[in-house]
Amino acid sequence: MTSDSKLLASPGPHLWKNQSTSRIMYLVVIALLFPTASGIYFFGLRAITVIAVSVVAAVATEYVCKRLRKKPFVMDWSAVITGLLLALVLPATLDLWMVAVGSIFSIAIVKEAFGGLGHNIFNPALGGRAFLAASFSVKMTTWVEPMGFSADAVTTATPLGSSFVWAGEKLALYRDIFLGNTGGSLGETSALAILIGGIMLLALRIINWRIPTFYIGTVALLALAVGQDPVIYMFSGGLMIGAFFMATDYVTSPITGWGRIIFAVGCGVLTVIIRYYGGLPEGVAYSILFMNALSPLIDRYVRTRPYGKVKKAKE
Amino acid sequence: MNLASIFKRGSRGLRLPENKHHTEKPIEVLPLPQKVIVPLQQNIGSHCVATVKKGDKVLTGQIIGNSDDFVSATVHATVSGELSAVTTTLHPAMGHIITSLVITSDGKDEWVKLDVPYDPKRLSAEEILEKLKDAGVVGMGGATFPTRVKLLPPPGKNIDTLILNGCECEPFITADHRVMLEYGEPVLYGLRVMDKVLQPDEVYIAIEDNKPDAVEHMQNLVASIPFAANFKVVSLPSKYPTGAEKTLIKILLDREVPIGGLPMDVGVVVHNVATAKAIHDTVFEGKPLIERVVTVTGAVNNPKNLLVRIGTPIRDLIDFCGGVKDGANEVILGGPMMGVSQPDLDFPVTKGTSCVLVKESKIIHEQGCISCGNCVEVCPMGLMPTMLAKYSKAGLYEDCQDYYIGNCFECGCCTYVCPANIPLVQYIKVAKKEISRRRARS
Repeated sequence: MTSDSKLLASPGPHLWKNQSTSRIMYLVVIALLFPTASGIYFFGLRAITVIAVSVVAAVATEYVCKRLRKKPFVMDWSAVITGLLLALVLPATLDLWMVAVGSIFSIAIVKEAFGGLGHNIFNPALGGRAFLAASFSVKMTTWVEPMGFSADAVTTATPLGSSFVWAGEKLALYRDIFLGNTGGSLGETSALAILIGGIMLLALRIINWRIPTFYIGTVALLALAVGQDPVIYMFSGGLMIGAFFMATDYVTSPITGWGRIIFAVGCGVLTVIIRYYGGLPEGVAYSILFMNALSPLIDRYVRTRPYGKVKKAKE
Repeated sequence: MNLASIFKRGSRGLRLPENKHHTEKPIEVLPLPQKVIVPLQQNIGSHCVATVKKGDKVLTGQIIGNSDDFVSATVHATVSGELSAVTTTLHPAMGHIITSLVITSDGKDEWVKLDVPYDPKRLSAEEILEKLKDAGVVGMGGATFPTRVKLLPPPGKNIDTLILNGCECEPFITADHRVMLEYGEPVLYGLRVMDKVLQPDEVYIAIEDNKPDAVEHMQNLVASIPFAANFKVVSLPSKYPTGAEKTLIKILLDREVPIGGLPMDVGVVVHNVATAKAIHDTVFEGKPLIERVVTVTGAVNNPKNLLVRIGTPIRDLIDFCGGVKDGANEVILGGPMMGVSQPDLDFPVTKGTSCVLVKESKIIHEQGCISCGNCVEVCPMGLMPTMLAKYSKAGLYEDCQDYYIGNCFECGCCTYVCPANIPLVQYIKVAKKEISRRRARS
């Protein structure tokens, strides 16, 4: 720098944390690799193809949408998360073209049509899942036994389904649903794998503890209250993946601590209502989508208490 | 102070990379500059009127600018020589235009006759305050609030606690740290003067625990000087922005200054250690405020703590520190969190300049908000910075006020944690400025 050289004048502060949107998204993808791995372990080659189709369709759709909207395409990993999450909440046996349609819908309609990352009201992956569930309801609720890479698929019921029967020991059932050796969507059967990924995100302070804790806690308490087995309610179906990876989506959940608690409790109440009273075996996706819609309202009314406010009221 | 308060609001904030080790070395005296540029406004409050004109000979310590307003601070010549020019510059922090007097040094540093009191300990509170006004003493932690005004609470405001602020929570800066270590005794004498004027029940000396030597040194001094026996030295967790007045009051006393209010509204007055030193110099030596300690650090070849005459161009400081490193392209007055980038190196050190930070910077592009809520979580004032920025961007300034924008003291924590690199503080500053402009017009 000489006396003539131009100085940069930038607004303060002049120090930043080593954090960026794409780094956060990237770490979420890493955390999602745990449930992805469990999905591949239990559902084999089929899982790999579903995941590949979903992720590729999501990224490609994002690229096309950005070009159509004349906005720069940035590889910020958020489309990868959407594609991966969608695949993880689909049955492994779903037709691949349906997977692609769901993934395209997630990105093009639920995300980009609302303005892209940061502007979408609903969680894109859940929006895509809801769209597929409404369009192909039979295929979307046909579950198979985990078959790994070997045998043919045998249809079964999820532990939440009304036709589900369990003859063996209760503890063995708990073990199976905790580890993931049960019928269900590709990546949501293994509570253990999801917990590992979720705890990783908690430890890295990418997600806040409030939403998963209050969501799962509310479901467990209400399951007890309505006389259901709280362990099955907690560890089977989409609750784990929903509570750790979907309800915690920054964009579609409230920004304040109390707002997040209200949001999570709301998700929990709705999940139990749908599961216990509703006609569907599973309610996580719709619960979160419903609370997504309420989230701007929560942010409007639940605010932080500014420093120095109470004292002033006293005067 | 209790442990629980650390976890409560007011102690949110951040643990930042401190980078103070570059300048953990003794204060050096910067040789007299060839010229000084003395702004006629170096304080919050009124702009002074020049009392000398171009071509006049001035002596070091001579009054060159004055104001009759209550919230104002006298300005002095900081070298002897000739008043060679009257210029206008931008205020380093606030960005409005101010007048500066340029004095070309004659190299002799001839002082005006200093009015050293016969027995400083006998001065009355009024006499002390009068001296502080004439000496132009202001808060040297950065806010530059005239010290006399802070020591003169309006009738009905009972001050029960005086806090000497030696936290220095901004990264890189070590000026106050060195002042405590090297001028510990004068600092305590200055504190004694404030104690006498305000007569509080409690006097605290607050220091962050990243300066254990300063804590120990002050404890030893307090124990050995009789008048300081009731001063309490407290070591606080090093967490930005502990040293900001309002957060410090919350952390130390668990009190909250009301929105829009001043610390004296909750019976507290906070003064910086460098200010205490300046008070000592005024009251015991008769010297006006014409020099201060500045940390010169970052991308300079030889970072130092320097004792500098007010008005010295920052170029002189940087040259004395061996010049800048290759690639450096930004010069900031103040610390990295609250400091302000300067357009050139001709800008002078003012009474509020604690640091000159040289940096290699890149232009950072703002991305869209993903509503992660990090800014909300970290804000020490309990605000929702993302909402303030969104409303500011949209020009909805009334909504900013609904979200208590006035509570923001621009510590920068929100921007530091923002993953989308949104210059939240900048949007907030813009809104604040617009709000006050509209208020002034109506």
